[in-house]
Amino acid sequence: MSKLSVDLKAPNGRSFNLPTGLFINNEFVKSSSGQTITSINPANEEEICTVEAASALDVDKAVEAARSAFNDPSWRNMPATDRGILLYKLASLIELHASILATIETWDNGKPYTVALNEDLAEVIFVFRYYAGWADKLHGDTIPTTSQKFAYTLRQPVGICGQIIPWNYPLAMAAWKLGPALACGNTVVIKAAEQTPLSILYLARLIKETGFPRGVVNMLNGYGRTAGAAIASHMDVDKIAFTGSTSIGKEIMKMAAVNMKNITLETGGKSPLIVFEDADLDQAARWAHLGIMGNAGQICTATSRILVHSSVAASFAVKLQDIIHSTSKLGDPFDPFTSQGPQVSKAQYERVLSYIEAGRREGATIITGGTPAPECGGKGFFISPTIFTNTKPTMNIYQEEIFGPVVITTPFETEDEALRLANDTTYGLGSAVFTRDLERAHRVAARLETGTVWVNSSNDGDVRVPFGGVKQSGIGRELGEEGLRAYSTVKSVHVNLGMRL
Amino acid sequence: MSLTTKIETPSVTYEQPIGLYIDGQWVKGKEGKTFETINPTNEKPIVAVHEAGPDDVDIAVSAARKALNGVWADTLPSARGRMLTKLADLFDEHIDTLAAIESLDNGKALSMAKADVAASSACLRYYGGWADKIHGKVIDTDPETLNYTRHEPIGVCGQIIPWNFPLAMWSWKIGPALATGNTVVLKTAEQTPLSGLYAATLCEKAGIPAGVVNILSGFGKTAGAAIASHMDVDKVAFTGSTAVGRTILQAAAKSNLKKVTLELGGKSPNIVFNDANIEDAISWVNFGIFFNHGQCCCAGSRIYVQEGIYDEFIEKFKARTAKNVVGDPFAKDTFQGPQVSQLQYDRIMAYIKAGKDAGAKVETGGERHGDKGYFIQPTIFSGVSDDMKIMQEEIFGPVCSISKFKTEDEAIKAGNETTYGLAAAVHTTDLNTAIRVSNKLKAGTVWVNNYNLISYQVPFGGFKESGIGRELGKYALANYTQVKSVRMRLGSALFG
Repeated sequence: MSKLSVDLKAPNGRSFNLPTGLFINNEFVKSSSGQTITSINPANEEEICTVEAASALDVDKAVEAARSAFNDPSWRNMPATDRGILLYKLASLIELHASILATIETWDNGKPYTVALNEDLAEVIFVFRYYAGWADKLHGDTIPTTSQKFAYTLRQPVGICGQIIPWNYPLAMAAWKLGPALACGNTVVIKAAEQTPLSILYLARLIKETGFPRGVVNMLNGYGRTAGAAIASHMDVDKIAFTGSTSIGKEIMKMAAVNMKNITLETGGKSPLIVFEDADLDQAARWAHLGIMGNAGQICTATSRILVHSSVAASFAVKLQDIIHSTSKLGDPFDPFTSQGPQVSKAQYERVLSYIEAGRREGATIITGGTPAPECGGKGFFISPTIFTNTKPTMNIYQEEIFGPVVITTPFETEDEALRLANDTTYGLGSAVFTRDLERAHRVAARLETGTVWVNSSNDGDVRVPFGGVKQSGIGRELGEEGLRAYSTVKSVHVNLGMRL
Repeated sequence: MSLTTKIETPSVTYEQPIGLYIDGQWVKGKEGKTFETINPTNEKPIVAVHEAGPDDVDIAVSAARKALNGVWADTLPSARGRMLTKLADLFDEHIDTLAAIESLDNGKALSMAKADVAASSACLRYYGGWADKIHGKVIDTDPETLNYTRHEPIGVCGQIIPWNFPLAMWSWKIGPALATGNTVVLKTAEQTPLSGLYAATLCEKAGIPAGVVNILSGFGKTAGAAIASHMDVDKVAFTGSTAVGRTILQAAAKSNLKKVTLELGGKSPNIVFNDANIEDAISWVNFGIFFNHGQCCCAGSRIYVQEGIYDEFIEKFKARTAKNVVGDPFAKDTFQGPQVSQLQYDRIMAYIKAGKDAGAKVETGGERHGDKGYFIQPTIFSGVSDDMKIMQEEIFGPVCSISKFKTEDEAIKAGNETTYGLAAAVHTTDLNTAIRVSNKLKAGTVWVNNYNLISYQVPFGGFKESGIGRELGKYALANYTQVKSVRMRLGSALFG
């Protein structure tokens, strides 16, 4: 019987033991197919370790565990307040283990350690605490109708929730999914991305330590085409939540149709950032930088298309370049001065580079960057921050989501033109507006076809505010009170007080 | 200046703060007065605590105002929430001490006191969860306007709490007030000042900044009145008798028209139908009046039993009442301890005498229990008529009346025949009876097949002269916020 855990020592010297199995029914087990995933450190292309990958059969077992747990009195009859208390406890445990979790996240994903600890982990803890507070506040309604009917609604859990999360913010994405699902009383089968399978395994131990009854949370690693598809098309999964690319999102939606499971999707974006002539250009450039270069451009809401009023386009471009040169520092993610790590994998790295090539071929101009930048001993999937100008809406780099540190800029003359350009996309996730004109700010915000609009900032998220996409950027909303809707159903109860036939 | 004293209770020995807690400091009252709190089990003084007078109220209000505009305004809602959940955790950690203080000062059984502490911590934790979820609305009127509402804190809140559930009442008031961003000046009851002061030490440990919570020990006629009529207090919340509630409302009107919420008395009907599960009903009816020694605003003090089961019911009820163990709060099996004070004891005994004099029949009890401490035997009167004092007025002791009724309409009429409207209960196995009768009873809480089960998640408050406003649940947030509408024009001028 193999150990199903491994002792690791991270590049920053932190040592810890990491489980490697599939977490089903509060136990770590081997994959029934023997399939594994080997995780690569994207900063130096070296192997970290190998973990179990779930087959369709393992997904079956996880779903079965989730179903038993859902029907078991220990979870089904647990008062809502107590569910909240478990979530508060989980948050505190994560807080205790934050530096190890951040270490794993950085090692596996490549994001700078300071960011993993101070942003990602802080958000994870906050999300769990936020939803802990909601657990016992899900109210139904009493609805006056006639004197012969007593009508009320019950808010009830949806059931078994399949959750497929991406690799760009592994733990934060897990928290966004688990928080509301558990607050509402569901049970979960969650699959991490094959590029970043490690942090969720450490989290699984904390889930067990917190005291969730067995089977309430099941955490799997696996490939999309096997484990992911198995979850999306499972006849006994009541709901699927997916965050990832639009193309896979569409596949998931088709698969979900098999038993009409409830579906929420958070997919891609090509978010516009509009700079009007009266904007504070300095601030606009700083936010624009953060909005595309943060997380090495691997953000679904990256404001990757900058639309600048022609009167300030030139000076804005210069400012943006200056900020890149002065603040963007590529390097070892464990170095506290590093601001940008590598892309998460070789495949992503090659994809981004091919888009840069495409941009060149299509005739756009690179004013900074545009090259790979191996930082760690000549290795690592690093790409230098890149700005394209002279772009046209017909170009691939203008339309398609690149998911790397590459931004395109284009000028506009009028507000209407800016809006037309901004909305001319199949995506609709985020957008940003920079202006000091009060009316324009709100007017433009109302007309942008996106799920989130940032006024005078970009990617300035907040867990208490709903998040999601319109058009092909998604279905449904996560975060805030809205995020609870996806995880509870409304049952109407009509009590007949005397209507006789 | 430490201002604490060591107190030995039968279960724990601890350090009891005795000062006033103002602006994060422990201080003596400006007039240098103190008053004693009496142990109702043996009628002996426990300790003397410092007394707040009107000047101390002024200082506390200033401290609360300063904190409101300063450190508390800068404290993020989520951080407020964290402090409240931390305070809840501290209550849980200190449960043995808090419960012992409560039993010593109030006289309730230790087992009941522990339940009170657990309920208080759960209440604080519940409101901790609300702190960063105080949402307004965005309302679409026309394309040229952005309309939104903000739910802002009311400001400095005066809170006056009673002695029947000192710590629970403390948490019911402080939880929602702090969650929504207010600061408070809270006066405990003069009969039970101790647990509120100990809880103030836990506020410090929870990281609640100085001036946000101010706890004063003192008397209604001085400190309480000063709070109700203070020109710089934005809102007063009072739980206590209807008579004092009236004076609070008047004082608020005469001063600065501060917002008022009141949770007052009751004379709640407990109605048992023929088709009730008799064994269960008896258990709940017993609990409904004798729990907390009858010292509940919502006590089910008027019991109406349908005539088909009346005889069986009354015999079984008497037998059940005889099983209530009356004795030392710190003894393991005690259910009913002493009444809280000499004054209360005298008042209740006077009502019992009035009942006897009016010709009501004493089915059980009717006398003092033992010869030391304010203990009264659980008492049931029958043969009562609606006009008797014991049927009209709130006794606030382990004394109930029982009468029979024929029809549902009769029961509803009798139940509603009171100036009060705090609570009521219906015992029946018929679904439609339960819903129909609940709909018709004029009471803020109707219990169906139970009594006195209160949850921090479910609103509580009175119809008619039992109060104004609702505490607990999401509804309490409305007591501590004021709505500001912002209408932002997104177009040019309308008029030339």
